[in-house]
Amino acid sequence: MGREFATRVGLTVLFLAALTAAFARSPYEFDFSPIWAFRVRFVKGFLCTIGATALAYVVGLALGVLVAIARLSKNIFIRHIGDFYVEVVRGTPFIVQVAIAWWGIASQIEGVESRFIVGTLALGVFAAAYMGEILRAGIESVERGQFEAAVSLGLDRRQTLQYVVFPQAIKRMIPPMTGELIALTKESSLLFTIGVVEMMSVAKDMKAKDLATLEALIFVAVLYLVITIPLSLLARRLERKLGEGRRSGVDLL
Amino acid sequence: MIEFKGVSKRYGEVVALEDVDLVIDKGEVVVLIGPSGSGKSTLLRCVNALETPDTGTVTFDNRVVQRTDGDVSELRAQVGMVFQHFHLFPHLTALGNVMLAPRLARERDEAHARALLERVGVADKADVYPDTLSGGQKQRVAIARALAMRPKAMLFDEPTSALDPEMVGEVLAVMRQLAGEGMTMLVATHEMGFAREVAHRVVFMDGGRLVEIAPPDEIFSNPQRKRTQAFLSKVL
Ligand SMILES: Nc1ncnc2c1ncn2[C@@H]1O[C@H](COP(=O)(O)OP(=O)(O)OP(=O)(O)O)[C@@H](O)[C@H]1O
Ligand SMILES: [Mg+2]
Repeated sequence: MGREFATRVGLTVLFLAALTAAFARSPYEFDFSPIWAFRVRFVKGFLCTIGATALAYVVGLALGVLVAIARLSKNIFIRHIGDFYVEVVRGTPFIVQVAIAWWGIASQIEGVESRFIVGTLALGVFAAAYMGEILRAGIESVERGQFEAAVSLGLDRRQTLQYVVFPQAIKRMIPPMTGELIALTKESSLLFTIGVVEMMSVAKDMKAKDLATLEALIFVAVLYLVITIPLSLLARRLERKLGEGRRSGVDLL
Repeated sequence: MIEFKGVSKRYGEVVALEDVDLVIDKGEVVVLIGPSGSGKSTLLRCVNALETPDTGTVTFDNRVVQRTDGDVSELRAQVGMVFQHFHLFPHLTALGNVMLAPRLARERDEAHARALLERVGVADKADVYPDTLSGGQKQRVAIARALAMRPKAMLFDEPTSALDPEMVGEVLAVMRQLAGEGMTMLVATHEMGFAREVAHRVVFMDGGRLVEIAPPDEIFSNPQRKRTQAFLSKVL
């Protein structure tokens, strides 16, 4: 572990050096200094991105639980509502959904003014379709025999779910749920299209003023990586810890 | 203790059970034999309401077994079930597996759970997780788990069929011991030696029907029905 980690850090530094050298040789004159003038807005945008993502994640989780319950329901009507929701949300781009949510719906309603809240809710509704699927798949991945063994011992349905099915399902859900948080962080950049002041919108503003467009975009990319790389490392760690991602004996390639 | 009356069950076109009548007395060991698909599992699973007959009734201890019954959990707790593929809970230790049901029934009896592990010969494995156990050890833990609620009867669905040959003996030994203690047992198995030695009665099933029921020495040495003869000549 220690040795592999050191190698990884070394390689990363090497890649960064190579990238920097490549940029330095390009005819384009890099000038990151205009970004400094926008520093307060970048900090606000950064916090806005984190806030919108976190809130949307919570909304998505709550709705996602309902979606999973609906899709696992024995009642065909309820199940169909769940299927319909998932298909519609996953089958359309978020940029279209958020536009409909704001321009089409929220802005028509008197008293609704916060683009942040509307955008975040839209993001939550979007996330729920994916998270609901992760939750459903996690529960369905627990084999039928586990359920049968539990009820055969005299556990009722609730106890069986709580003590036998969920503990196993949750283990399998955690890695993809962390992945979903990463995806959501990136997806939140589309909130700039309805005027939410998150990171991407600051870069957009700089472009509008013809200031260091490429530099601003590179800077935004780095800010996203500051959020997503730790999450990605966390996901891998959890996966290893939970033993589900244990390396098989087979080495591919 | 367990009574089947006119029990039939189909899956679409497939007949799993056809007009089954059978009474199993308290303390009796009944072994079910028969070809694959003859309905042995289905018969066992009707006793603890994992399956519901299309027609007919199953009674356990003078109570009609019904899945929709609010007390079905209570009834299931009185019947231990052992599966071919163990179905141990992978997120719990061996002891945790045995303790789960009593713990939820507020009979927090760790000494009893440990005694059960001792009885099936895996006391030293109490604190390990199932994935580090051998097949034979898993099945013995599963038997201890099934005994945890102090059941009045035990159901075994091919408990040794998924085991490597060298581990079959240790599981059968535990079952033999249980039978010796007077446990009521209904066992589906391909282990003819066990049937011959332990069963009070052997039931030969085919196509969902109970083709022949007799004590082991009779059915093995002098089967009356052609289908029984044909089956036994293949497996013995
Ligand atoms: N859930 C099910 N859906 C459809 N058919 C089923 C189902 N369960 C059992 N069957 C069918 O019912 C018949 C009886 O099955 P059962 O499992 O009781 O037989 P068995 O004697 O236990 O066989 P085996 O020795 O293979 O375990 C078989 O033809 C089987 O294919
Ligand atoms: Mg079977």
